[in-house]
Amino acid sequence: MTPGPRPGEAAGALLALPFSLLMRAFDAPMRALQARIGQRRMPYLFLLPNLLFFGTFVFLPLIINVGYSLTGGAKLYLSERTFVGLDQYAHLLACDDHLRPSTCREDHFWRGVYNTALFCVLQVVFMVLFSLITAIVLNMKIRGRGFFRAVYFFPVLLSPVVVALIWKWILQRDGLLNAAITTLGGERIIFFIEPGWAMFWAVFVSIWAHMGFYTLILLSGLQAIPSDIYEAAEMDGTARWRVLRRITLPLLMPNLIVVVVLALIKAVQTFDEVFVLTGGGPGTATLMVVQYIYETAFSNQVQNFGLAGAASVLLGVVLFALTLMQLFFARRGEKPT
Amino acid sequence: MSVLTAVTARRKGKRWHWSDIAAYTYLALGVVLMFGPVLWLVMSSFKTQAALLEFPPSLLPMAQVEVTVPGHDKPLPLFTVTMEDGSTRTLAQVRRVGIVAQMIDPKAPETSIRVPIDRRAPVRQFSLALENYTEPLRQFAFPVFLANSVFVTVVATLITLIINSMAAFALSIYEFPGRNAAMLTVIGTLMIPITIILVPVYMVVASLGMVNSLWAVILPGAATPTGVFLLRQYMLTLPRDLIEAARMDKASEWQIYWRIVLPLSLPALAVLAIFSIMWRWNEFLWPLAVLSKTESYTLQIGLNAFQGELQVQWHYLLAMTVVTLAPVALVFVFLQRFITTGIANTGMK
Repeated sequence: MTPGPRPGEAAGALLALPFSLLMRAFDAPMRALQARIGQRRMPYLFLLPNLLFFGTFVFLPLIINVGYSLTGGAKLYLSERTFVGLDQYAHLLACDDHLRPSTCREDHFWRGVYNTALFCVLQVVFMVLFSLITAIVLNMKIRGRGFFRAVYFFPVLLSPVVVALIWKWILQRDGLLNAAITTLGGERIIFFIEPGWAMFWAVFVSIWAHMGFYTLILLSGLQAIPSDIYEAAEMDGTARWRVLRRITLPLLMPNLIVVVVLALIKAVQTFDEVFVLTGGGPGTATLMVVQYIYETAFSNQVQNFGLAGAASVLLGVVLFALTLMQLFFARRGEKPT
Repeated sequence: MSVLTAVTARRKGKRWHWSDIAAYTYLALGVVLMFGPVLWLVMSSFKTQAALLEFPPSLLPMAQVEVTVPGHDKPLPLFTVTMEDGSTRTLAQVRRVGIVAQMIDPKAPETSIRVPIDRRAPVRQFSLALENYTEPLRQFAFPVFLANSVFVTVVATLITLIINSMAAFALSIYEFPGRNAAMLTVIGTLMIPITIILVPVYMVVASLGMVNSLWAVILPGAATPTGVFLLRQYMLTLPRDLIEAARMDKASEWQIYWRIVLPLSLPALAVLAIFSIMWRWNEFLWPLAVLSKTESYTLQIGLNAFQGELQVQWHYLLAMTVVTLAPVALVFVFLQRFITTGIANTGMK
């Protein structure tokens, strides 16, 4: 599929002028450099800035992070911190009863773990379900498909803060939803002081914001299914339900698994929308692991970089496992069946 | 295309299947659920502070009509009053004492009329409270937030385009020892989100002396594996003869990069530019961690700080939320197809 050239040209023209002036300035020095190091070494030069950025802001931090998790104290710079071995991990993981977060030394971490786990299950299951339904509906012979696709997709582009504020405004005490509830004769509900409701809306809003993305991926998977299979089924007079169950879903399965894992990777890292929407509350009812890391390192009275580092290493291990899973399934999906 | 014509029109000879009806019902519900909240935000953002406090809220932004009456300095609010004989009159309220309002007829302002307050209803008309938009820009630091966001978005997108296209150029045009290693490095970074390296990146930024500067927001995310991928895939499809011909003409490698390969990769560059603009404009966690001074806040952080205050000033907050949302909405309206094909092709956002 090729994207239409028009928006590309428009955006390109806009960027072209400052770009070409900048590039031209480098002409002479780069030619001199090439004469010096030779054409064969030029690709390294082209790679250099990118690798410099990756190195400084990704790889180096990754190693430093392990360093943080093995040291204690309140100092920011590693050289000023004292080595404590695996104490941070031990502190983080120590619980009398792992099923009851209140018995843990870092109860907020464990509440975060359980909240995130619950959030992941609910969010991923329902989001993939609704994305799948939406993709199947959008793949039908529907008038105005482009319009409907855009409707489901646009929240993906909204910032998490905007998304959370939109819903906070609707869900607040005197908001639209409570107006609807009282008009229908119900009791007004203060959603964000009830743990169950707070979690429900955290999941709901997150699905609202992100399902368009997964719908799009599933839709492109559906459109890759050759249409002659459907035509054959139609000629045989196969019922639509049977076509869905026997043809569409099995053929879509590889995409579906990739989408589930992808959604899981994102859900484990949930922070933005939920943080602005509920602030992790009421109490710690919607506190997620990433919020725990953020608060432990940056917003608590005592900044504890060691604990935050240990928690993010653990989070990283989970993400790494999930990513391996994704690569595995994605590769298997590519194999011709 | 309107939903109505879409629903009623059918192809000749095809009968309605129950699943068609279910599909259109689902889509109609979806339009309400997805568009409704944003529409509600925009409509609410034009309401006066008083109108926002109403419960149940009115659908459209309404404000009470006010009239200027000779002999009174301030404009007076207008009410419809049911008189004791059952007739209704339109009166302006001078003041209210307890449950009695002192009112006058704007046409005959000499005589004052005393009316119990439960017998009057405000006269209202459609009106946009534009001060919700102008006031925060004057009173609060929102112009600074806006300028910071624009600066971060523009500069970061430029840097992203340049360094990632250079890397993609190296990885697609040349055969060189270490190419696979470099490619693996790029793939590896895909798996490392900022959430798991928050603290050490903060340390790196701090040791570079950039805490609270906008460069701390711009630089860490500038090299994006998504960008390298996207551009490389596109550059691989470019004809090699062109590059060979340019070398014959004594073009330097740098010139080949920016005079030949970059212009030909414009569609892919545009997709990356749009992505980068979205990422940067909406970025939250990292700026939240690294920016702690109000003057360096971006719009997202400013909004979050504003909503976290004890007395939330919803009338300003809603308007500023609309301002934050507007550029993204514009980009979406004009470049929707472009974005969706970009995502469908890469599987990334």
